[in-house]
Amino acid sequence: MSSNKDSIGKTVTVALVLCVVCSVVVSTAAVMLKPMQQYNMDQDRKSNILRAAGIIDPAKSVDELFEQITTRIVDMESGQFAEEFSPEAENFRRAANDPSQSRSLSRQEDVASIKRQPLQMPVYIVEAEDGSIDTLILPVHAYGLWSTMYGFLALEGDLNTVAGLGFYEHAETPGLGGEIDNPSWRASWIGKKVYADSATTEPSLRVIKGSVDPSQQGAQHRIDGLAGATLTANGVSNMISFWMGDSGFGPFIANLRAASETGSADQVESDADADVLEVDEV
Amino acid sequence: MSSTKEIVVSPLFKNNPIALQVLGVCSALAVTTTMNNAVVMTLAVIAVAALSNMFISAIRHHIPSNIRIIVQMTIIASLVIVVDQVLKAVVYDISKQLSVFVGLIITNCIILGRAEAFAMKNPPIPSFIDGVGNGLGYGVVLLFVAFFRELFGSGTLFGFEILPLVTNGGWYYSNGMLLLPPSAFFLIGIMIWLIRTKYPEQVEKPEFVIAPNTSKEAV
Repeated sequence: MSSNKDSIGKTVTVALVLCVVCSVVVSTAAVMLKPMQQYNMDQDRKSNILRAAGIIDPAKSVDELFEQITTRIVDMESGQFAEEFSPEAENFRRAANDPSQSRSLSRQEDVASIKRQPLQMPVYIVEAEDGSIDTLILPVHAYGLWSTMYGFLALEGDLNTVAGLGFYEHAETPGLGGEIDNPSWRASWIGKKVYADSATTEPSLRVIKGSVDPSQQGAQHRIDGLAGATLTANGVSNMISFWMGDSGFGPFIANLRAASETGSADQVESDADADVLEVDEV
Repeated sequence: MSSTKEIVVSPLFKNNPIALQVLGVCSALAVTTTMNNAVVMTLAVIAVAALSNMFISAIRHHIPSNIRIIVQMTIIASLVIVVDQVLKAVVYDISKQLSVFVGLIITNCIILGRAEAFAMKNPPIPSFIDGVGNGLGYGVVLLFVAFFRELFGSGTLFGFEILPLVTNGGWYYSNGMLLLPPSAFFLIGIMIWLIRTKYPEQVEKPEFVIAPNTSKEAV
């Protein structure tokens, strides 16, 4: 037995049989477990949207909480809601790989290092009782140190104040860049302002090195850095400047602002209030 | 051939894969920040080590010796992928935290080491038990390290608060270094020291003896 087990024929047979058996085992496991994995990923994505919006409630199921969220599709170039809602458009990551549904970004434009941008992106809206926007949740992503970091940024009804930030997929170094998942760091985003005023779509929000001095001017546009994770933190800053700028959701936000100004009377009033507040701050 | 009990128990302390054989240290640094991660990683390694040992042992008479490492790696890699898929389906949150380290079980030296050293020479059932024992030996170190790192690094055990942190209104100032990989080096070092105090025969003989300084030239 041991004399012929090293023959070429035997070697090739063993290698072939082993490859077939192993590939059958691996593919069976992958196919059988796919529905459970997709369910988990879907639940995880939904709970990330909820967490970014700050409406997570352990007593209720994720699906129950998700009912208050409206999913809309935005046409990135015009910044308008798309005419029809197609569930496929929600999968913007597939769209980014499809040349007919995405555009390639020039090097100057591609600050987030994502190479291709989908033409349409989903947005998630929590509506207030009067139909105005209570929370706007935007999907954002950018390249960090090792990986593309996928997350959600939630804005309050003024379309400027951050209501939350959460990442649902990244492969940054655990303990260093992975600290973008740290609850206390994520909490430091809440209440920060993305834009300097309500006329610009040029984001001023970014992550700095070290910690923010609250008394300093512009502290509301600065986030504490993460020790040992400068490149990941730069990725997060790039993500904000790309997605909240003119190549990202900038036109969409400008349209929403314009719509709320010409909207119902009470909305205009609340806008006026906001203006007064800003004057006070200055 | 040693008895079944001996095969399971000896890798725990006497012949521990991390402490004595110094295998698989890299993942021991990475997945020991919380007890939950350490337990799941231990289970994953036990499953892969036991099953790969068993399958490799079952076909050990048919494995051509010139491609045996490739055959072993193929079996181990397939099992790791299956384990990774199961974790993603069952404990999604933890599998997200373990991220690449489940996939890196493929390169965990304990598994290939045991396949080559034990499973190629022994029948399937002792090989299976040997895999369980070595997985447990790996797990003991992981749990030891994770216990101290989670308790003193985050003030929790299995996610339950034990030492209330100052940041959450408690009194305990967490030791941030314990959450970083280097701290695991110190803890593994301390554990090796303890084990070698108990089993002095594990201490290696020095490879050379420094000669005493006889002439005082420098004076």
